Amino acid sequence: MNLNKIFALSLRHVYLIKGSFPRILDLIYWPTIQIFLWGFISKFFTLNSSYFENTVGIILSAAILYDFLFRSSISYNMMFLEEIWSRNFTNLFIAPIKLSEIIAALTFTAIFRTLIGLVPAAFLAIPLFGVSIFKIGPPLIFLLITLYLFGVTLGLLVTSGLVRFGPSFENIAWASLFFLAPLGCIYYPIEILPDWLQTVAKLLPLVHIFEEMRNVLIHDIISYYQILKAIFISFIYFVFGIIVFYLSYEGAKNRGTLINMGE
Amino acid sequence: MKLIVKNLSKNFKSTIAVDNISFEIDKNSTLGLLGPNGCGKTTSIGMMLGLITPTKGEILINGINLNSENRIKLLSLMNFASPYIELPKKLTVKQNLEVYARLYGVKEIKKRVEEMVEDLNLKKFLEKKTGELSSGQKNRVALAKSLINKPKLLFLDEPTASLDPDVGDFVREYIEKYKKKNELTVLLASHNMREVERLCNKVIMMKQGKIVDSGTCDQLIKKHGRQSLEDTFLKIARSKNELK
Repeated sequence: MNLNKIFALSLRHVYLIKGSFPRILDLIYWPTIQIFLWGFISKFFTLNSSYFENTVGIILSAAILYDFLFRSSISYNMMFLEEIWSRNFTNLFIAPIKLSEIIAALTFTAIFRTLIGLVPAAFLAIPLFGVSIFKIGPPLIFLLITLYLFGVTLGLLVTSGLVRFGPSFENIAWASLFFLAPLGCIYYPIEILPDWLQTVAKLLPLVHIFEEMRNVLIHDIISYYQILKAIFISFIYFVFGIIVFYLSYEGAKNRGTLINMGE
Repeated sequence: MKLIVKNLSKNFKSTIAVDNISFEIDKNSTLGLLGPNGCGKTTSIGMMLGLITPTKGEILINGINLNSENRIKLLSLMNFASPYIELPKKLTVKQNLEVYARLYGVKEIKKRVEEMVEDLNLKKFLEKKTGELSSGQKNRVALAKSLINKPKLLFLDEPTASLDPDVGDFVREYIEKYKKKNELTVLLASHNMREVERLCNKVIMMKQGKIVDSGTCDQLIKKHGRQSLEDTFLKIARSKNELK
């Protein structure tokens, strides 16, 4: 892999963000709204329920982590959609770049976009609701890595669809995460799901990540075994995502959809 | 660079888009690819750029198969310009040229960008967003991008389509001058017959996915008993396979 080419692809997106204040605002806006919304909802629950003393903390931490996953996936898709919308697709694919370099550039740049949105929101939650995601401690780093890996994987799968089927696949890009959210057990424990659905949910890394987050925040217990399991599952999905991307690219070359792809 | 296309075909399900075409472009020469809309020009160019997998046949660039492990190396020596594709609209001209110079592994990026800016008169709108430019300005920027890596093989798909005569002439003149100074093999797809006559050493005519005729412009005009290349094109385009 050529680092200079990966840097060039990333630079294209950095220039795009840097050159547009509304774009930066858009990146920050949605995570912040999410924090406000969930912060007030969970505060209301705390006032009317004695179930958890730390309801606000748990729900808001879950909201921040879920948004991290959501943003990393959407960032990935958005960067690819930008190429389609700007009709730059052909230029990109005739440049001497390997697919692995495109994947690497999108993966590294997505973190940049994700953090622009999420860091302000995470810090805003501290004075507003007295909730700090950083209370999770060192396991937070591993949870974020796992979420990022899975978010990028979902991004890769949607991007594969865009390569293969063109812009008509765009709607799937927006819907992909909402489809998995109920199974991810983000705001509730896995026991809430029916037995058969629990088996399916365990195949996703999300359940292990959010269960672990609740373990740390409620019981102050850290299970690195669970975290490693989540990382391992995410990694398997990531490899699967890469394979699908390569297959989609070959499919697109066969169907001739890489040329003149645009809005 | 010499380009050899051997028995190239492309089928999309039951549709035959390109049907067993073969031709060569000698080093430093310009070949015109002519034919009515839907005759397979874009698909052929797509295959030569490595964007479409051929159903059958080979594309050899300096004797090396494009669809091999040398693909990336070959792509770094090629480039493409077309009014139907664009550069990122929200990036400035300078940013776009810098990004593409990096993607093509250009060594002295700043110097090369400055050369292109000077050559193609881009200075006035260098810091402007590409999406805010006029068609003529965009076209010059696209040409700058297509030459940023000093390609040895250049594909031009209707490079002067939708340009006013002045800008169109500027582009044609620039390509002519550039070719005199640099080693460059060109494949030009165009519907502008005067442009083809001016720039091309040889032309091939395509129809329904096949090459139906080839030669120099003069040879084709004489052969078909017409006054101009445009008339020759019309005769071939309107004929019902008798040329086969």
